[in-house]
Amino acid sequence: MLNNQIKTVFEASRARGWVAEPDAKHLLAAAGLTVPRFTTVTEPGGIESAAASIGFPLAAKVVSAQVLHKSDHGGVKTGISTKEELTATFEKFNRIDGFEAMLVEEMVSGLELIIGAKIDDQFGPVVLLGIGGTGVEIYQDVSLRMAPVSPDDVASMIKGLKAGRLLSGYRGGVVVDLDELTRTMICFSEFVMTSAEMIVSIDLNPVMCSREKCVVADARIMLPTV
Amino acid sequence: MAVIGVSLERDRHPANVIFNKINLRYPVDVFPVNPRGGDLFGQKVYSGIEAIPHSIDLAIIAVRAEYTLDTLRACIDAGAGGATIISGGFAEVGRLDLQQHLAQLARKHRFPFIGPNCLGIYVPGCIDTFFIPSERMIRPEVGKVALVSQSGGVLVDQMTKFAELGIGLSLGVSIGNKALVRELDLLRYLAQDPKTGVIAFYIEGFASGEGREFVTAARECAKPVIVLKAGKTREGMRAVSSHTASMAGDYAVFSAVMAQYGIVEAANELELVSFCEVLSCYQESIDGRVGIISSSGGHGALAVDICGRRGLSIPVIDLQQQAEIRADLTPSVRSIASLNNPIDLTGSATDSDFLEAAEHLSRIPELDCIIMLLLPYSPEITSDIGARLSRLCKRYNKPLVAYVPHVDRYRMLIEGFEFNGVPVSPSIKGAVLMVEALRRCQPC
Repeated sequence: MLNNQIKTVFEASRARGWVAEPDAKHLLAAAGLTVPRFTTVTEPGGIESAAASIGFPLAAKVVSAQVLHKSDHGGVKTGISTKEELTATFEKFNRIDGFEAMLVEEMVSGLELIIGAKIDDQFGPVVLLGIGGTGVEIYQDVSLRMAPVSPDDVASMIKGLKAGRLLSGYRGGVVVDLDELTRTMICFSEFVMTSAEMIVSIDLNPVMCSREKCVVADARIMLPTV
Repeated sequence: MAVIGVSLERDRHPANVIFNKINLRYPVDVFPVNPRGGDLFGQKVYSGIEAIPHSIDLAIIAVRAEYTLDTLRACIDAGAGGATIISGGFAEVGRLDLQQHLAQLARKHRFPFIGPNCLGIYVPGCIDTFFIPSERMIRPEVGKVALVSQSGGVLVDQMTKFAELGIGLSLGVSIGNKALVRELDLLRYLAQDPKTGVIAFYIEGFASGEGREFVTAARECAKPVIVLKAGKTREGMRAVSSHTASMAGDYAVFSAVMAQYGIVEAANELELVSFCEVLSCYQESIDGRVGIISSSGGHGALAVDICGRRGLSIPVIDLQQQAEIRADLTPSVRSIASLNNPIDLTGSATDSDFLEAAEHLSRIPELDCIIMLLLPYSPEITSDIGARLSRLCKRYNKPLVAYVPHVDRYRMLIEGFEFNGVPVSPSIKGAVLMVEALRRCQPC
């Protein structure tokens, strides 16, 4: 079932080279991961109902086949709290090359983690867990395992992070629900095993983890070049 | 055994070196082969393997690359058991096709061969296909460690270290271009081999998907598996569009997956030999709570520093336990020994003090292994201490590793440990690495 859904979306995304964020989030949600409540707006007439269905404050992101790194193109706006602000954002995004839609979603908070996957030549599907956000490659604080992973594997991945203590609440910071993080990793690992033949790599970055949940705030699924 | 491709002119030809050493030193019937016939040191040279009037278990193929395929076919037709192809001139010089033809033919006939471009196999006292003259070989004794290496040079070098350190070998294999028999095949074979207790690999890389099969087989194998990987530096980073692809480089993945599957990765040759030695003595993993005994405070302190860097802990010995140890020490040591972990028995320590300290630490459940830093300079220490300490610790089933300076005059002391199943390192660091290997030989 999920397999068919994945195949259909991946086939449709082939020319683009990656799966558009709204499609990726639908697939991940179907695989059991938590994504923010979101909707898409393609024309000005849809702005008001989108704002009403998600509720302020919200985040908006551009959807374009020509924009992989959205923030590099001014295609991300967070903390939007009025209809006017959202309308202005839409107008700005509308001018970005290849504009297809504006993704509108609820704001989520928590500790920023990265969850990722790669198809390794020697070992096949591999999953990654680390400290996420924009500084991810500066800190390079990540754990890697061959997929599929077990709950014990996830526990040792968390233990293996230099900043692992942040997850259990360091000096009053956010405490992450480790059971929910484990469940998220297991669902993701299953998703990766199902789609291994069709993908190159996946970045879920950031995944916002808190006491209540782990929410995939952004998702990038890279496909093989045609 | 047939050696195909001996030279009638050149004594130092690799095939001649192999023929000579087998003929003179091994309990193996060996027959030289060269299409021109003739004789070699008074032995008849056969014109082909089919002309030998005996069945052949192993054929050594040392002919030029372009003749290997026909030679292999002749071996198969003659009903040989298998072959080692030492000839070069294949994938390593861009002729992958030549070795692929060999593999295809062999697979079709279910005929095993090692190589090409390899040294082949070495089993102490049994067989040696290395084209290294006997007088140049440093030969390790018979033991439990099997060593599989893509590189013949690395294998010979490690065997030399094994011999120096008293580590016994069950089998050494250089697999060269591994056109047919590969690491995975040897892992599966050695997992069943009753003479092998530890399996060590020097690996340059796996083929597509082969790494996954290798670690899966290693997890099913009841014996410790050790790996030394060459080619750790990151390949020139292509423009990668995902953070994961960028951070999960080839080596980062390799190293993480080895640990995940309980394969002990050695970072360098020192780690490799230390890990091989300790895992041939002990196979059960530990948490790494170390008790240290020495006759020198400095050695204890150095060992503690290295333990800290290697993720090993040095638990405190409580005052009650210290008092019990002290009561059993000789009177001259009792008043000056320092009994918190690390234990410093001082330069006045006798055999009896070492034995008492070791016995007490063996009984403390908070410790799961003991490092003995033994400096034989002290006048009260005898050559028997190695054997006596080993026997004592075997009774308590708590791993003991020792550091003893490796000089000839302390040989009997060192062998007292080694022949009784206790690994000895020539350095403090090596002893700590041994303990680390015991902590790491479990899936993480």
